[in-house]
Formats: sequence, structure tokens, C-alpha cells
Amino acid sequence: MTPAPETTTLTVQLRLTDSWLALCDLSALTPGRGVAALLPDGGQAAVFLDRAGRMYAIDNRDPFSGAAVLSRGLIGSHQGRPFVASPLLKQRFDLESGRCLDDETVRVTTYEVRIT
Amino acid sequence: MSTDTTMTTAAANATDGSAHTIVLVGHGMVGQRFLEALAERGLTTTHRVVVLCEEPRPAYDRVRLTSYFSGRTPEELSLTDAEFITTHGIELHLGDPAEAIDREARQVTARSGLVLTYDTLVLATGSYPFVPPVPGKDAEGCFVYRTIEDLLAIEKYAKARATTGAVVGGGLLGLEAAGALKGLGLTTHIVEFAPRLMPVQVDEGGGAALLRTIQDMGLSVHTGTGTQEIVTGGDGAVTGMRLSDGSELPTDLVVFSAGVRPRDQLARDTGLTVGERGGITVDDQCRTSDPQVFAIGECALASDGRVYGLVAPGYEMAETAAATIAADEASFTGADLSTKLKLLGVDVASFGDAHGATADCLDVVYSDSRSGTYKKLVIGRGGELLGGILVGDAEAYGTLRAFTGSVPPIAPEQLVLPADAGAPVALGPSALPDSAVICSCHNVTKGTIRGAVTEHSCTTVPEVKKCTKAGTGCGSCVKVLDRLVNEELSASGVEVDHGLCGCFSQTREELYEIALALRIPSFQVLLDRYGREGARGGEGCEVCKPAVASIIASLAPTIGASGYVLDGEQAALQDTNDHFLANLQKNGSYSIVPRVPGGEITPEKLIVIGEVARDFGLYTKITGGQRIDLFGARVEQLPLIWARLVDAGFESGHAYGKALRTVKSCVGRTWCRYGVQDSVRMAIDLELRYRGLRSPHKLKSAVSGCARECAEAQSKDFGVIATAGGWNLYVGGNGGATPRHADLFAQDLSDAELVRLIDRFLMFYIRTADRLERTSTWLERIPGGLDHVREVVVEDSLGICEELESLMAAHVAAYRDEWAETINDPEKLARFVSFVNAPDTPDPVVGFVPERDQIKPDLPLLSIGRRPSQALEGSAQR
Ligand code: SRM
Ligand SMILES: Cc1cc2nc3c(=O)[nH]c(=O)nc-3n(C[C@H](O)[C@H](O)[C@H](O)COP(=O)(O)OP(=O)(O)OC[C@H]3O[C@@H](n4cnc5c(N)ncnc54)[C@H](O)[C@@H]3O)c2cc1C
Ligand code: SF4
Ligand code: FES
Repeated sequence: MTPAPETTTLTVQLRLTDSWLALCDLSALTPGRGVAALLPDGGQAAVFLDRAGRMYAIDNRDPFSGAAVLSRGLIGSHQGRPFVASPLLKQRFDLESGRCLDDETVRVTTYEVRIT
Repeated sequence: MSTDTTMTTAAANATDGSAHTIVLVGHGMVGQRFLEALAERGLTTTHRVVVLCEEPRPAYDRVRLTSYFSGRTPEELSLTDAEFITTHGIELHLGDPAEAIDREARQVTARSGLVLTYDTLVLATGSYPFVPPVPGKDAEGCFVYRTIEDLLAIEKYAKARATTGAVVGGGLLGLEAAGALKGLGLTTHIVEFAPRLMPVQVDEGGGAALLRTIQDMGLSVHTGTGTQEIVTGGDGAVTGMRLSDGSELPTDLVVFSAGVRPRDQLARDTGLTVGERGGITVDDQCRTSDPQVFAIGECALASDGRVYGLVAPGYEMAETAAATIAADEASFTGADLSTKLKLLGVDVASFGDAHGATADCLDVVYSDSRSGTYKKLVIGRGGELLGGILVGDAEAYGTLRAFTGSVPPIAPEQLVLPADAGAPVALGPSALPDSAVICSCHNVTKGTIRGAVTEHSCTTVPEVKKCTKAGTGCGSCVKVLDRLVNEELSASGVEVDHGLCGCFSQTREELYEIALALRIPSFQVLLDRYGREGARGGEGCEVCKPAVASIIASLAPTIGASGYVLDGEQAALQDTNDHFLANLQKNGSYSIVPRVPGGEITPEKLIVIGEVARDFGLYTKITGGQRIDLFGARVEQLPLIWARLVDAGFESGHAYGKALRTVKSCVGRTWCRYGVQDSVRMAIDLELRYRGLRSPHKLKSAVSGCARECAEAQSKDFGVIATAGGWNLYVGGNGGATPRHADLFAQDLSDAELVRLIDRFLMFYIRTADRLERTSTWLERIPGGLDHVREVVVEDSLGICEELESLMAAHVAAYRDEWAETINDPEKLARFVSFVNAPDTPDPVVGFVPERDQIKPDLPLLSIGRRPSQALEGSAQR
């Protein structure tokens, strides 16, 4: 895909099995927070932008409550690793590995994201 | 009607005539401690225990008797409960005093006719107030000050027919009684025979400092004056008193407080040895001249020839008697008479050899009559501290008392100089020897406290208190205890980390001070400059982000931050509730609570709420906070719903924020036949004043129109109850899992005074509380508790009231409705979508099914692949 050369608009993309899905303009993201994205198979992803401009994406569904709310959690860093805390019952999930920091048997799917 | 009320009948052992029976006469403070000591040693299971209690109620805290006048109820003063009595199978006979003892037959006869046969008898009959034999002493309007019943009678009489009151006796209890009369609104006189106040505890210099301070409070003090006669009017009631100088002092009420005498009559009648000047003679084990009979507390004449009028030595006697009965070794051979009191708001303390009775001792005196401070230390020839007197500033009491008997590590004058004169604020307890007694109520030494940390692995002050009992009596040692425990913890390598979270080593209070002093309106700046080493430049975490967001919001107008919580960086810090200005529900939908100030709402507004709920299909419920909650809105519906609500004149109710929630009201004077003030108007005024105020935890309030208290103001963070003269303010109330009755903070306030005190109180709380700490827990935690807060907020002891008021004024002036702001800001509205890449698609997980004609979350939709779990750090957890 070739970005339109004349504009400075940057687009956020999420990797599906064999293609990239364009989600939104980078400007739609607030550093330190997330947004939810609807995937073609009906699933949902939570996409985050941190202070340093890095992006992460994990499944939006909170495995503990069943609600699709992880994108609305607060992100933080713990020993240098980024995490999001579920807004419902506060379990934390590592944004790079999807591992739950409060229950090692739980893990959520992670996605690759990029800016073009 | 029989006066015999039996709280419980004991379990099996009571009826078993063969069980060893202990009869306790007197259920006062020391009697109760004796029962606890029996229980702790397991004696209540092996023995039948019967108690004869003269008063109509079980043991209560006589030491705090006077706090009844500042709002503590008789129930709150109680030292025991039915559960203690029942679980230990104790037979307690209320209102049934012992009248005779037959030692030959080992029987006690009570007033009701009950005859008890004992194996062991324990007398804990306390003292009676001494009333000098002046003519007229029994007239109507004459009282003593010893029991709850005395207080109730004084209060009733004062309210019905007195404007002036006089206290005979200027000792410790006399001053307490005088404080109570003044609190009842009487013009108050103190008549003391000795040339100074508190002749037993303080010396001349201390008496002079005390006198000035007490006169400054508007009390009249007549020292060196005797009472010759109580003058009565035609109806036999008091009208005045004739004094030794021949003058007459007009007064409507007299309280005798001229000392106490041991209640030893029962003992005398049965032939037990008593002292020449009263008191039942006991040996080192608290046994009387009959080895089957013990005497403990104020009725006993200890083996050192003294009768102790303080509770701590009485407790020691109780322990000694219980231990002796259990065949353990224990003895009581005398006690330290140290006391620290707050009389009429003045600190008075004396310890050790306060009057310099030791041969060749020397004094170090510091006296400042401007501030009413007087401090004297008595030093022995070898430089050891022997005792002292502190009036007006007893801050150093705990440390000094602990040093008594040893040579302090710094010069004695440094110990009495005020802090700002270059002296150390207080000497660290680390300098003390292990044998130093830190808590004299429970006789706990420094060594024992250190042991609690090093051997019993206590890691917090509350744990140490529980383990050693230190600090759980009069409380005067708590400050030293705190420091000692923390020093000990750091010494044993336990890092006492009071930091807010992994990102900040500061407490919330410290971060507040930094943000305020340096005017820092940014989380990033705070984190990068003041965060922990490894956290700087990082992201922060879910704990510090909302906490700092709250600090910034509380201080917004003053530190130059936007007062709108979704502006700029602030938006990224808010918990999801604040971020969407609504409350997240279990299925990812939100609830909406419009503000209904004071619970007053017009039919038009009710109709709008009904129409909005109907049009958006929301579940509707009346909340516990006198307003209406609308549940089941999807994110994308929130702005549409609020557009309608704002249009109808509604504002955000901040149900989602750690902020003011509601100020509930009762209908009050306008309609209610009992109401004495307009409680609805006041509730509305207060709610509108403090709306939007972000705080460490949510804030709740209520205003009742009279003492019937239909608005439940005493369960609120700040509650207001109307009086004939204005408003009473209560603080620190809480419902929830650990309910707490609010404390009376100030009385009979005008509207303006009320608002001013609340302004200061709230701002002081916001400044010093921890995150997620309600006012109730904050009041319990902060050093000095309610008294300290009252000093700061009412008397301005820290000189910060002006600043507190102006911070609040800035908040009030800068308030804007968050929802009105949001629906007018297209950029902010862009966030209210379920999907960033499909703004028009609703979240399919948010579904509903019908129930009782409304909706409820469709749970099967949620349960797919769901893990069972508990909330981790939900708001309720911390
Ligand atoms: C809606 C309501 C129940 C109702 O249907 O009546 C309610 C609902 C919630 N309460 Fe409450 N409380 C409600 C009145 C109360 C009351 C009664 C009152 O205010 O008079 C109390 C006891 C009084 C008190 O707070 O001292 C109360 C004590 C709590 C507590 C325990 C607080 C404590 O200090 O122990 C929590 C948990 C917390 O905040 O830590 C809590 C927390 C909650 C939360 C926020 C739990 C949560 O995190 O989801 C609930 C969310 C409300 C929502 O989604 O809209 N709620 N809650 C009431 C809203 C009142 C309002 O109009 O704002
Ligand atoms: C206003 C006030 C303030 C005080 N402040 C302090 C202070 O700050 N610090 C301090 O250390 N001390 C203080 N004291 C003193 C302290 O309260 C007493 O030292 C303590 O209560 C003594 O306990 P006790 O059990 O020996 O006596 P009490 O608490 O007086 O209990 C004796 C009980 O025995 C009952 N009794 C008597 N005769 C009989 C009988 N024949 N049959 C059955 N029951 C009987 C009495 O009714 C009473 O209930 C204060 C006292 C008062 C009144
Ligand atoms: S508190 Fe008093 S004024 Fe208010 S409704 Fe109840 S009885 Fe009436
Ligand atoms: S000295 Fe009274 S509680 Fe410790």
C-alpha cells in the first residue's frame, strides 16, 4: 500500500492473518489511552498508544468479565514493560505478550500494529 | 419495678454449684479490666463469674466521660458489649449493688435480695465524689460529676433552668466539669480553696500559666477561696454560694468536684482492714486482710501506702489480682502517677517526681506567659531526669516520660525549648533504653515493642498495637510508639515504603504539596521530575494516574490547570468512568446520574428524565442518594442522552467521580411540623457549592431539618443538622462496609459560619488524605485525630485557613458543567464511539433482555469464554 504522498496524515494499521487492516488516523489516538477496533470476523481489538509513541494491540474482550472493555483501561509501565489494567475488575495485561500479570494461566491475543 | 436486670445468665458452669465462684463487686473501668484479664487467662471457662454492678449500665469509659458533651453517646462510651459478657458466660447483674458481706459464710447479699456464695471475692467499688459538708449542699441544683447519670442530670437542669454554673474545686475533675458547663452555654465559675488550679499535679508556675489560659477562655476563677454555704431561693433551688471572703456568688447550678474518697464502706462493715484515711488495705498481690478477698482500683490502698485515683494503676491491679487467682506470679507495689490530659483544650502533663521531692534535685524551667506555656523538668544530681510538669504544650511528654530515670542524651534545656527556638522537635526514641516504659497504661516497654517487630514480625503500627496492646489505652503514647515502630522497622531492614505506588515514593499528600507549591499542572512533569528513578520517563500506572488527575482537578484554578477533566493530558489519566463521564457497568454499558441538588426536582424535570429513559430504552432506578440512575446506555448514546438532559437544565451528577456525590435533604421547616431550619435550601446551597469538587474519595453529605435526622446526616462525610440556633456540623460519617457515626464538629453555626467551616474542612481533607481514603478513615488515621482537625480548621492552629478558603473559593468560581462542555466540543465527542474504525456500529457484546418491564444485561452474551475471578483493585478494595 502506498501512502498518499501529498499529506502528512499517518494511518494506523493492524495485521490480520495475511493482510493489514487500516483502522484510523494516528490523530484519533490519545497518548496513554486506547480505542477499540472492529475486526472483519466480528472480533474486537484494543489499540493503545503510549507516551513514547509506541503502539500495541490486544484482544478487546476482558476474559474475566466477558465485556469488551480492555480498550478503556488505563495503561502503565511496570519494570519497563507496558500493561493495561481492565477498567472492570482491574486485572493487568502485558501489552506485548498478552499475559495477565495477576493470573498466569490467562492470556489474551496480541496483534501487530504499525503506522504508515 | 425491679432494678435487677440480668444481661445474661451464664452457661453450664453457673448452675454447677461445685464450680469455683468469683464474685466481683463493682463493674467500673477496673472491674471490666479484671474480667478481661480473667478471660485472657481462661479463668472464665473454669470458674463461675458473677458481677454486681450498681450502675444501670455496664462498664463505660469514665476517663472520657466529658466527651458526652461533645456528642459521644453513652453507648459509644461503653467498654464492653453483650457479646463479651455472653461468650465468657459472665453473670452480670445491673443496677444491683452489694449491700453486705458475710465473710464467715462467704456470702454477698445484693440489694435485690440475691445472695451469692463466693470462693473469691473482688472489690472494685471505685470512689465517690467528696462533697464538703457546707449548709445547702443537698439543695436542688447541686450535682457531682462521676457517672453518666450525673451528666444527664446536669445537662437536663442546665437546659431547663440555668444560665450560670459554679464548680467547687479546681483540680483535674473540676476543670473537666467547668469545661462541660461552659459547653452547655453557662457562664462558668471555678472556686478553688488552694492558691492555684490543679494543686496536686502542677506547681505554682504551672498553675499561673493554666490560670491565664483558662481566664482567656472566659471562665471566672476564684482561687484561695472557700465555699461556705449554698444559698437557696424560696423554692429550695440554688441561687448562689457564699464564699469565704463573705461575698456571694450568684449561680443557678453547683457542681461539687472537691476530690474523691475510696468506697470502702462494705469492707469496713465486714471488718476488713482499711487505711486511716480510707482505702481497703491490700498487699502486693492486691489481697485484703482476708486472703479470699481482693480489692483493686480506686477503692484500694496499695502496699506503698497510696490510693491511686488514675486508671492505669487500677488496670495493673486488675491484672495482678487475676494473675494471682490463676496462681501466676504478679505483684503491684506502686505506680507512676504520670498523667497527660487535655483540660478545656489546654495540654497539662506531669510525670515522675514533678514537685521535686528528691533530695538535691534541680529545676530547668521554661515559661512563656504570652502563649500560656510552662515547662519544668526536675533533674537529679547525676543529670538524670526525675520528673516534670508541662502546661500549654505537652508535645514532648511521651519522650520525656520514657527518659525518666535516665540521663537524657541531650541537654535538658533543649528538651523544653519550643521547636522554633532551635530545639529538636522531639528526641528520637532510639536513644531510649530497652527498659523504658513507652505505654504506661499497659506497662509496655521499648524492649517489648522492639520484640514485636523483630520476633513477632509485625510490620505496621496497628499490628504492633494489637500484638503488645501498647497505645490502646489513653492514647498518649501513640506518637512515640509510631516513631519507635518505624525506626525499628527501618533498622531491621524492612523498608517502610509510604509511596503512592511503584512510580512515586511520595505519599498522595506530598504530591499534593508539590503540585500546589510548585504550581505543576502536569502528570508527566511530576513523574519525570519527582517519580522514582526507574519510573521517570515511563507511563505511570493505573494507581498514580487517577490519583494525580484528582490532585490536578482539585487544584486546577490555583495551579493553572484546566478545570475540565477531559482537557489535554488530563484525559489520558482518568479512570474509564471519568473518561466517559458515566459509570461503567458489568457488560460494558454505562449508567447516567443527573444531579438533583438536595433531592428536590420539578415535575417537568422528572418528565424529561422519564422521556429520555423511555426513548433510549434505559433501565430506571431511584438511587440510595435521592436521585435517579439510568442504566444501559452504550458509549455512542451518552452524548445524545446528555444533549437532551443539558437542554432540560440538568448537570452532571458526578456519580462516576471521586467527587461530591449528593447532599441529601429532608423536607425540613417548610413542610414538616418539627423542622426548625430550611434543610432543603441548605442542602441545595451546599450541593451547588461543592459540585464537581474532586477529592481523594467520594464525598457525601446530608442536611436534616431537626434532630429527628431524617436525612441521616450523621452517616455522611459532612452532615448538617438544624438546631434552634442554627446548624450543627458533623464530620467523618460513613455508611458502606465499615459504618462510622460522624463526630460533632461545631455547634449552632450561622449559614456563613457553616459554609466557612465546611470549606476549610474539605480542603484540609483533600490536602492531607491518602488516595481512596474516606473522611472517616482519614480522621481515624491522622495524628491527633478529630481534635487536631478541629484545631486546624476551627482555631487555625496551622495558619492555613485563609489558604484553604481561597482554594475553595477558586474552585467554586471556576466550576463548569462537564457534560455541557463535552457536548459542545466535537473533538471530545469523537471519542464516544464503540469502534474507531466503525463509528456507527454498536458493540455487539452489549445486549439486553427484559425483566420486570425493563431491561437487564444479557449475561449469556458475556459468559462465552469467561474466567471466574474476583475484583482486584476495585474502588472498594482500598
Ligand atoms: C447507584 C447506587 C445504588 C442504588 O441503586 O441506589 C450506588 C451504586 C454504586 N456504588 Fe454505592 N451506590 C449508591 C449509594 C450508596 C450509598 C447510600 C448513600 O449515598 O446515601 C452508600 C453508603 C453511604 C456511604 O458511601 O458512606 C454507598 C456505598 C458505596 C461504597 C462503600 C463506601 C465506603 O466508604 O465503604 C462503594 C465502594 C467504594 O466507593 O469504594 C460504593 C460503590 C458504588 C459503585 C460505584 C460500585 C462500582 O464501582 O460500580 C456503584 C456504581 C453506581 C453506578 O454504576 O451508577 N458505594 N453507595 C447509589 C447511588 C447514589 C447516588 O445517587 O449517587
Ligand atoms: C470526669 C472524670 C475524668 C477522669 N479523667 C481521668 C484521666 O484523664 N486519667 C485517669 O487516669 N483517670 C481519670 N479519671 C479517674 C478514673 O475514671 C478512675 O481512676 C477509674 O474509673 C477507676 O476505676 P474503678 O473501677 O476503680 O472505679 P469506677 O470506675 O468508679 O467503678 C466503680 C464502680 O463500682 C460501683 N460500685 C460501688 N459500690 C458498689 C457496690 N456496693 N455494689 C456494686 N457496685 C458498686 C460504682 O457504681 C462504679 O460503677 C477520671 C474520672 C472522672 C470522673
Ligand atoms: S429531620 Fe426533622 S424536619 Fe426533617 S423531616 Fe425529619 S422530623 Fe421533619
Ligand atoms: S500510655 Fe495510655 S495508651 Fe499508652
